[in-house]
Amino acid sequence: MPSKPLTLKFLDLASILAMVISTYLALVFAPQEVVMGNAQRIFYFHIGTAWVAMLGFILAALGGIIYLITKDLKWDRFELAAVEVSALFFLITICLGAIWARPVWNTWWTWDVRLTTAAVTELVFIAYLMLRQGLEDPEKRARFGAVYTLLGGLSVPVTFMVIRLFRTIHPVVVGSPSAEAQGGFNMDDRMVATFLFALVAFTIVFIDLFWHRVRLGALEEKVEQQKLKASL
Amino acid sequence: MTESTRPPAPSFSKAVLAIVRKDLSAELRSRELLSAMLVFALLVILIFNFALELDVKVRETVTAGVLWTTFAFAGTLGLNRSMSVEKDRGCLDGLLLAPVDRSAIYFGKALSNLIFMLIVEAFTLPVYSLLYNVNLFQPGLLLVVLLGSIGYIAVGTLLATMAVQTRTRDVMLPILLFPIVLPVLLASVKASAGFLNGLDFAEISGALNLLIAYDLIFIAVPLMLFEYVVEE
Repeated sequence: MPSKPLTLKFLDLASILAMVISTYLALVFAPQEVVMGNAQRIFYFHIGTAWVAMLGFILAALGGIIYLITKDLKWDRFELAAVEVSALFFLITICLGAIWARPVWNTWWTWDVRLTTAAVTELVFIAYLMLRQGLEDPEKRARFGAVYTLLGGLSVPVTFMVIRLFRTIHPVVVGSPSAEAQGGFNMDDRMVATFLFALVAFTIVFIDLFWHRVRLGALEEKVEQQKLKASL
Repeated sequence: MTESTRPPAPSFSKAVLAIVRKDLSAELRSRELLSAMLVFALLVILIFNFALELDVKVRETVTAGVLWTTFAFAGTLGLNRSMSVEKDRGCLDGLLLAPVDRSAIYFGKALSNLIFMLIVEAFTLPVYSLLYNVNLFQPGLLLVVLLGSIGYIAVGTLLATMAVQTRTRDVMLPILLFPIVLPVLLASVKASAGFLNGLDFAEISGALNLLIAYDLIFIAVPLMLFEYVVEE
């Protein structure tokens, strides 16, 4: 078994450090928001996790495309790792959002564009994982998985556009806000710094976890092969 | 000059029509798929009638939703049946041996599935009109029904082909299909409700455009991906 690469060890340390600093920035360094108070501090991690979840979603679709072209199981592991890590982060995003929404919107959940799209994406991920579980042949599992991530990757943006036809209250902090948004605010410099650092921190954590998962996938495959050899 | 002794490969449209004819004549003899779908559609409406207390006031807002939920559920039933018949008796392998393009097989299956779905809808709409004294025979609504069914079946045929090859088989289809097909259902509900409530075309066109865009994407993409879900 190949030992853990040095870069990965370094990334492990970097992600721990980045998370500690990011937590400090979000909870202490960033000023308190006037209207929402401390609840606004959730924003930094909410966007951080949402960003890497989206990143994972795109990586998964890319992995799917490359697998279908190359038929190399390496890309299947890449895709599965992206989906798993992304599903985890999306779940965190949704939970954090709900915790934030309770004081600000006075409800845990509303069928808003982003919320619904996030929920649907999470369901696509779960369906993907269930699909893989129902297939034993690794090659077929990889093919079906790739096809499904592609379909998901195409359908989720359309879902977003469709739900936008119904009205929304989700604030748009980065970019132009809609008139009906509730809970939006303007960021001061320290907030921007905290926000950007959180993005970087979560990107590091994502890459670290992603790398670990890809490595785990490779090891899993080796174990499977050894088992096959032993049974023959 | 030597003349080829092999018969020429059938043209694309001929292959598609042959599969459609096969499905229709098989259905004409057994009538198991359509009868199940029709009875199921009626039952869904019956359940909605009591679950939602479909009086005049409620009906104004939920008719479109009830119709599309009925179509979606009945459609899943039909898709599962149509593909598991192919899988069970090894018919799919036979189809794959035929010297025709894989996409012709996809198109043929999708077309016959679409015909079954349209038959169910052609039955459900008048029954609903009769039961609740609303006129559902508006050209706009019929167009939405057609567009929505095309998108639903285009994705559904591909995913049903995948679902019947998994260990859990029929159970898998709704889990795989609904998150992906959600934009079709939402846009169809939105557009149908718009036509039923006599909204201006400008208010409906957004949903209609998305529906058409979805249909185009999800006819083209499964067409390319189908060979990956049937190859052994």
